[in-house]
Amino acid sequence: MDVATVIQILDSAVRLMTPLLLACLAGLFSERSGIFDIGLEGKMLMAAFASAAAAAVTGNVWIGLAAGVAGSLALSLIHGAASITFRGNQLISGVAINFLASGLTVLLGQTWFGLGGRTPALEGAARFAEWKLPFADRIAPVPVIGPLYSDVLSGHTPLVYAALLAVPATWWLLYRTRFGLRLRAVGENPASVDTAGVSVTRLRWTAIAITGLLTGLAGAYLATGLSAGFVKEMSAGRGYIALAALIFANWRPWRALGATFLFGLMEAVANRFPNIDLGPFTVPSMFMNALPYILTVIILAGFIGRATPPRAGGEPYVKER
Amino acid sequence: MTLGVEHRPGPAEGPGSRTGVPAPLPAPGPAIELRGISKAFGPVQANKDIDLTVARGSIHGIVGENGAGKSTLMSILYGFYRPDAGTIRIGGREIAITDSQTAIRAGIGMVFQHFKLVPNFTVLENVILGAEDGPWLRRSLSRARGELQRLAADYDLQVDPDRPVETLSVGHQQRVEILKALYRQAEILILDEPTGVLTPAEADHLFRILGGLRDQGKTIVLITHKLREIMDITDTVSVMRRGEIVATMPTRDTSPEKLAEAMVGRKVLLDSGKTPAAPGPAVLDLRGLRMVDKDGVERLRGIDLTLRAGEILGLAGVSGNGQSALLEILGGYPEPGARVEGSLTLNGRPLPLTRTDAGARRDAGVGHIPEDRQAEGLIMDFAAWENTAFGYHDRARYGRGWLMDTGAMRAEAAAWMEQFDVRPRDPDLASRNFSGGNQQKLVVAREIENDPAVLLIGQPTRGVDIGAIEFIHRRIIALRDAGRAILLVSVELDEIMQLSDRIAVMFDGRIMGERLPGQTDAGELGLLMAGCDPATTRPQDGIPPEAAAPDRPAGQPSDAGPASPSPSKGII
Repeated sequence: MDVATVIQILDSAVRLMTPLLLACLAGLFSERSGIFDIGLEGKMLMAAFASAAAAAVTGNVWIGLAAGVAGSLALSLIHGAASITFRGNQLISGVAINFLASGLTVLLGQTWFGLGGRTPALEGAARFAEWKLPFADRIAPVPVIGPLYSDVLSGHTPLVYAALLAVPATWWLLYRTRFGLRLRAVGENPASVDTAGVSVTRLRWTAIAITGLLTGLAGAYLATGLSAGFVKEMSAGRGYIALAALIFANWRPWRALGATFLFGLMEAVANRFPNIDLGPFTVPSMFMNALPYILTVIILAGFIGRATPPRAGGEPYVKER
Repeated sequence: MTLGVEHRPGPAEGPGSRTGVPAPLPAPGPAIELRGISKAFGPVQANKDIDLTVARGSIHGIVGENGAGKSTLMSILYGFYRPDAGTIRIGGREIAITDSQTAIRAGIGMVFQHFKLVPNFTVLENVILGAEDGPWLRRSLSRARGELQRLAADYDLQVDPDRPVETLSVGHQQRVEILKALYRQAEILILDEPTGVLTPAEADHLFRILGGLRDQGKTIVLITHKLREIMDITDTVSVMRRGEIVATMPTRDTSPEKLAEAMVGRKVLLDSGKTPAAPGPAVLDLRGLRMVDKDGVERLRGIDLTLRAGEILGLAGVSGNGQSALLEILGGYPEPGARVEGSLTLNGRPLPLTRTDAGARRDAGVGHIPEDRQAEGLIMDFAAWENTAFGYHDRARYGRGWLMDTGAMRAEAAAWMEQFDVRPRDPDLASRNFSGGNQQKLVVAREIENDPAVLLIGQPTRGVDIGAIEFIHRRIIALRDAGRAILLVSVELDEIMQLSDRIAVMFDGRIMGERLPGQTDAGELGLLMAGCDPATTRPQDGIPPEAAAPDRPAGQPSDAGPASPSPSKGII
C-alpha cells in the first residue's frame, strides 16, 4: 500500500465521516437532554430528499440546504410533540419517524419527479462546490503535512468544515455556557432543573430543534455533497451508526469526532478493499461494514471502558411532589 | 392552647427560642401567613381551609401522619400546585405563587426528601444551576465559589465545591441542597422529612446548622413525623391530620404523647406492651461469618450470632457497618461477586451461605422483611395481591395443578389487608399507589402470616407513620410470643431498645458486644456503635462528651460544637 492510497483512504474517510459526525452531534444534543432519538436515520433521509428536491428544482444548493433542514425540523417537531409534550414513548416515536421518512421520500419523489423515487441528478450550482483551504497549493510539497493538509483536509464541501467546527462549538456550548449546564442537568435529573425554576419542556424542545438542524445538515450533505441527488434509502443505516458512535463516544463531543472518524475510516477501507486477503483466509467486506456495530456491542458489554448514558434518558418528565 | 380545640391562628405565636435568647427580628410581621388554603385532587381533599402563621426567625415544625397533607401544603408554597382557595402572604405581602421561580424570588427555599441534585455534577455546578449570573458559566462559577466559602463559614456547611455530588455522603448531599437555597438568598427554608435518610450523627449536625440559621434570622419550616425532632429543635409546632391543621402550639407547652395523640386522633401506646421473653432453644446459629465484597473490601469480619425461639435479637449500629450485607447473606442473596465463608445452621441442619436464594431460604423457614421495601420487598407496579403472594407463590395453597390460583391469592391478600388495616383495602391496587406505611404493612403481613421459624427484619419502620409503627411493633412482638426467633436490624436505637430482648451492636463488620436492654443505656450502646468497648475506654469520671449521645458515632467531626440534648425516651 503506497502513500497515495493511504491519502486517498483518509480523504474518503473524512467525507464518509461527515454525515456520521453531524448526526452523532445531533443525537448528542437530544440524548443529553434526556430524549432518545432513534429517528436520526429518518430525519437524515427526509433532509436528503428535501434538499435534493429543492436543489433540483431551484438549481441552488443553498436553497436545497434550507429545505433539507426544514424537512428534518418538521420530523423533529413530531418527535418533540410525541415525546415531550404528550410524554409518549420515545423509541416508538423514533421508529415511526423512520418509517414515515422511508415511505414519504419515495412517494413524494415518484409523484414529483417520476424517476422511481429518485430525484434528478444534481449538477453545478445545485451541488456543493469543493473548497480549497488557503495555502493548500503551497503547503502541498511539504512531506507528510503537505498531503495531509492539501489532500485530506482541503478540497471538501462547506458542510464538511461545518461538521468539523460543530465539534468545538458543541463542546463549548455544553461545558462553558448556562445553556449547556442546564442541558446536561435536564438529561441527568430533570427534577433538579424544574425545582430550580427552569422549564424542562423548553430546554428539551430547544435540544430537539438543534438535533433537527444538525440532522438536516447531515442529510443535505448526503444528497448534495457526498452524492449528486437523492436515491431511495440513501441514508443506509448511517443514523444507527451515528447512535452507535454516540455510545462509543460516551456522549462527549470530542470523542464523537474520534468515533465517527474511526467508523468513517472503516467504511473507506471497506470501499477501497472490498475483500481483504490475509493469505489463509479472506476478510469479506461485510465484516468491515459490520465492524461499527460489533465495536458498539463490545463497548456496551463493558469490555472497553464503560458507556454511561444520561440517567434520565428515555423517560418523559412528569412533575411530582 | 389545648389539643383537640380548633386552632385559631394568632400573631401572638412568637419565635420563643428554646434557649431563651430571642431571635433577631429584622422586620415585624410573620414570615409566612396562609389563610384558608384548600386543595383537592379529584375527590380527595388534600388540604382543607388551612390557616398557618410562621413567625420570622423561628423553627416551625409541622407533624402529621403520611398522607395528612403536609407535603401538599409545602408544594403549594413552592409553586408546584395552585391552591383551589386561600391566600398566601410572604413577609407581609400577598403573592400568588404560580411556579417555583416565583417561590424562589419570594425567598423560599425547599429541601426535598428526595434530593433534586444532578449526581454527576460538582457541588458548585449544582448550586448555580438555574441561578447563573449570565449566559457564560465562568463568572457564575467563580462567584459561587466565594459565596460557598462564606456560607460554609457562617453556617457550618462545609462541602468540597469541586466534588461530584454522587461521591458525597447523604448528609453532605443534603448540605448541598441547603446551600442551593441559601445561594438563592432564601429567607424561608422548608425541609421535608430531612432526617429520613440521615444517620443519627448527620441528623444532629443538621439540627445544629438549622439552629444557626434560625439564630441568623432565617425562618425554617420542618416537616417530619419524628416527634423527637420536633421536641428537640422546633419553637412552634403545628399538627396536621386528614388535610387540616388540628393544633398549633409552642413546642415547650407540649409533649410527644400529646403530639402523637393529635396526629393520630386517638391515644397512641408509645409503649408496645411487651412482656418479658421466654427464650427457647437456639434456632438459627451463625458461626464465623466473613464476607469480602467484589472490590476486595472485607465487610463482615467474623460474626457469631445465635437466635433463640421466642426472642427478639436487636442488632443496633450506624447504617453502613455491615448490617445490610449480613441480612442479605442470611436472607439467601449475598451481594454478587462477594466471597462468603462461615457456617449457618437452622435447628441443627446446615443451611448454605452461598449458591442459594431467597426462595430456598423461605422454603427452609427463614422469612425476611428487607430493609428497602420498594427495591427488595415489593414490585411496585404489581398489584397488592401479587405482592403478598410473592416468594410463597409456589405454595400448595396458591396452586391448582400446575396453574396459579389467583382467586386464592386475591382472597388471602384481602384477608390480610383487613387484618393489618392496609388502606385503601383494594388488593388490585398497584403497590406504588399505597403510602409508605401501607406498603410496609403488605410486606410485614406476607412474611409474618407465612409463619416463618426465623424472621429477619431490616428497618421495619423506616419512613412509616406513627400509627403504623405502633401496629408493626405489636405484630412483631406477637410473632415472638408465638415462639419464633426474630432478628431485628434497625438504625433507630429507640426501636431496638423498645423491642429487643437482647441487643447486639455492630460496628465495622464486627459484633462489638451484646447487652440486655434492662442493663444498658443509650450511652453505653452509643459507645459500642462508635466502635469503643466501654469496658476499656470508659473513663473513671463517666462517658466522654463526644460519645455521650448514641447519635454520635465514629466519623463525627470534632468541630461539631456542643451536643444537642438527645433524650432516650421510648419515643419514635
